[in-house]
Amino acid sequence: MSQKSQKEYETILPEEMIREIDRVSKLKKFDEKKREKLTKEVQKVYLNSAFEPGEAVGIIAAQSISEPATQMTMRTYHFAGSAGMQITLGLPRLIEVFDARKEPTTPTMTIYLKKEFNDQKNSEKIAKKIKEKRLKGFVESVSLDLTNKVVKIKLKPEYEKKFEKITEILKLKFKKYKMMRRHSVIDVSVEDDIEIKELQRIKKKVLESIISGIPKITNTVVFNEGKDWVIRTLGSNFEKLVKIEEIDFYRSYTNNIHEVAETLGIEAARSVLLSELNSILEQQGLEVDKRHLTLIVDIMTFEGAIEAVGRYGVAGSKASILTRAGFEETVKHLVRASVRNEADNFNGLFENIMVNQQIPVGTGMFDLIVRMEDE
Amino acid sequence: MTEVFMDGRFVGETKNAESLVEKLRELRRSNKIPDQVNFSYLTHQDTMFINTNGGRARRPLIIVENGTPKLTSKHMEDIEKGVKKWSDLIREGVIEYLDAEEEENAYVALRPADITKEHTHLELDPTVILGISTSLIPFPEFNRGDRVNFGSKMVGQSIGLFLLNFLRRVDTKSNIMVYPQAPIVKTHMHDIINTEDHPGGQNLIIGIMSYKGFNMEDGVIINKASIERGLFWSYLFRTYETEEKRYMGGQEDVIGIPEPGVRGYGGEDVYKHLSEDGIADPETEVTSEQIIIGKTSPLRFLGSLDQFITGLENVRETSIKLRHGENGIVDRVFLTESNDGNKLIKLVIRDLKRPELGDKVASRHGQKGVIGLIVPQEDMPFTKDGIIPDLLFNPLGIPSRMTMGKLLEIIAAKMASLEGKSIISPPFHSIPESELREKLKSFGFSDDGRENLYVGETGTKFQERIFIGSVFYQKLDHLVSNKIHARSRGPTTLLTKQPTEGKAKRGGLRLGEMEKDALIAHGSSLLLKERLDSDRAKLFVCKTCGLFSVEDRAKNKVYCAVCGDSKATPVEISYAFKLLLDELKSMLIYPKIVVKEE
Repeated sequence: MSQKSQKEYETILPEEMIREIDRVSKLKKFDEKKREKLTKEVQKVYLNSAFEPGEAVGIIAAQSISEPATQMTMRTYHFAGSAGMQITLGLPRLIEVFDARKEPTTPTMTIYLKKEFNDQKNSEKIAKKIKEKRLKGFVESVSLDLTNKVVKIKLKPEYEKKFEKITEILKLKFKKYKMMRRHSVIDVSVEDDIEIKELQRIKKKVLESIISGIPKITNTVVFNEGKDWVIRTLGSNFEKLVKIEEIDFYRSYTNNIHEVAETLGIEAARSVLLSELNSILEQQGLEVDKRHLTLIVDIMTFEGAIEAVGRYGVAGSKASILTRAGFEETVKHLVRASVRNEADNFNGLFENIMVNQQIPVGTGMFDLIVRMEDE
Repeated sequence: MTEVFMDGRFVGETKNAESLVEKLRELRRSNKIPDQVNFSYLTHQDTMFINTNGGRARRPLIIVENGTPKLTSKHMEDIEKGVKKWSDLIREGVIEYLDAEEEENAYVALRPADITKEHTHLELDPTVILGISTSLIPFPEFNRGDRVNFGSKMVGQSIGLFLLNFLRRVDTKSNIMVYPQAPIVKTHMHDIINTEDHPGGQNLIIGIMSYKGFNMEDGVIINKASIERGLFWSYLFRTYETEEKRYMGGQEDVIGIPEPGVRGYGGEDVYKHLSEDGIADPETEVTSEQIIIGKTSPLRFLGSLDQFITGLENVRETSIKLRHGENGIVDRVFLTESNDGNKLIKLVIRDLKRPELGDKVASRHGQKGVIGLIVPQEDMPFTKDGIIPDLLFNPLGIPSRMTMGKLLEIIAAKMASLEGKSIISPPFHSIPESELREKLKSFGFSDDGRENLYVGETGTKFQERIFIGSVFYQKLDHLVSNKIHARSRGPTTLLTKQPTEGKAKRGGLRLGEMEKDALIAHGSSLLLKERLDSDRAKLFVCKTCGLFSVEDRAKNKVYCAVCGDSKATPVEISYAFKLLLDELKSMLIYPKIVVKEE
């Protein structure tokens, strides 16, 4: 192959594909001529599968997802009892992802472990370690001493060895309160004179305090997955999890997209978003072309932060006033545009449909320009 | 302490409500308290209720004590002999009526076999769990629950003989079947509601087989000769009504043939059906939008001087037309007086509806279908006895829906028609399948209900034996002739200039949000524009202020009413958008249109 033509192809085909062509030609022992023929063929297919200019990719993507979504309302699958945890799936989860909720209804993490800890004993130990434990789990009974304004917390006798440690943690956590331990009873008191209501509040606060584990992780389950021992958690806290040494950071996963965006950045969030959508649809046995999903995911992450699809996200940031007014919160957009003296340039689809003009899509996207000088 | 309420009013407190209720019930059962009083103790809210007032729905149940129902075979014998009556059972404390509140304390067994020590009552019969429509379905316990549900829904839509005095009635709309039949396979409910007088369908010979693919996807094929014999014929009666109203100032409507010159006069041809009194005579054939009652009314909103103007200019035409898309024959005319003493006319139009392609039919098992083909009798399959099915039903409708009740009804009806009398098979006490099979066999037929059929066109035998028998079918009130509708041009709404909606208003079919999306997805932007320009308007936009200019066609002039300028560009936009801009202006938002110069 001549040096020039190779460059020509390289500009069209992605690197990955050229590498693949190289691999195949080496494997099949192709000569230069055959290789070039293959490259040309690949290029043809590649160009054929690309969208044409003027194609309404957004609408096609929306249709390609909504059609199977209507199917999903009709048959919502339940995986009762599997893996011991209930995780939101199907349409509710799909809506949740598109809405870019700050916290999923059932946040979960899938944790893989480093090679040296990848066995049953260690995984169970880690699972136990990361599960959040609140003080109320160690408590046998609580009573209020109303005359002296003291909360008396009696710990369960089976945790005798941990009494000292629990008190230490509590002292660290609540520097404002006085902690006194006499055997299994911890007295919590405040120096100032307080009301009984306040005492009740302190009682609640202390009982709900986390003694050990990672906050928000309410449950953990260990199961075997081929070679690996995997911990699945209910509740997600990716930021804290990443700091645990035994964890294989590169394979561990959370379904909380915002956490990923905060800890690992927007590109990682994009890829988690994509894999979440993919797995939701796959679990329901639906097939949606990946390119539709990538388009939506790209738009949702385009601004550098995760944007929802709805009124406060993608649809709300459209350029045209009329389109936004036509979607939701009509008055808000119209009044704002009027006060700020904004102009609608009629470049988009929906505003042109409103005034019944040719829409800039497909056949309506192109103009004929006569080149006067070439006669 | 438990609070006690009597008929919703607080009457006192008791320490042991449970035993009190128990004691009171005991007294009621031994006739010391009237049997119409109900006692209940609701544990979850710790209150006791005594209800004696009217308007409570109550139902009878057999009392169960220590796991044995109080109703014995001795009672049954006495009732059969006529020694005892229903009221005796209530008096003896065998049966009692419970209201909704006392039912909360009861534990009711459905069948005698289900009774345990804890049960307090027993249903009279398991069939009481079914309503009237559902009780009209034979063999429902062999069908899947949802199908029974669909079936009873469709029983209510069937065209039959709902009343015998329909010729004297003036219902706005009623359907009457021409040759209705009582079903061959009945349930106990058919006799209770007197089906013989009010049947809702016909008994058809049904063959469960495919025929050239015209009965796929819930289609059914109907024998043309059966239709010619009167199968599924029905009449649609529709009443048109008008009143000769009197108005203030001594003016009144006039029923009669409108004279030429009246505002809105339709031309002589339109009034051809009217006789001298302005009403069409019985047995006149009328078609869509023809006038059946001629009427003129005085003009509304008369000015102060206008009311002195007499003559034709002051009268407008308000005749009653036949609805759009409907035909028929004037069946009868009623002339009476309204409550105000005005002349009231009710005119009934009758239209014969013979079954046609697209009409909906259904058996009683939630098995609905649409007529897909009408086949001449000579092309239909036949048995060796010369039996030709009225209806061919696709076998693919059976496996997924699992309506075994329909198959049993077919065998039962086949057996009954051979026997020469209809059979009664109430739900949960159905005639066993073995009995049906045995009897069918005794008549010389195969006990599985299948027979050899021969191809109508060629006379060759079908390879497979076909399941054939009789079944009760209903014609449902969803006839194509009442629904078919199309429009090319037509009326528009005043406000938006968009086409009207609905068949009665000759409306268009909406190209909705999703259809719009489909056109965008195809990239066919010019087609989309064409589809949506039903309300396009040519307007002028002022070049200075960007608002709509006034077009004075009489003077052939365009000028801006706001800035007085006469420079304006013509634009073509949807009228709905013009309305939007008008509304914005009314809300003090200034939508300035800047037109690009071409």
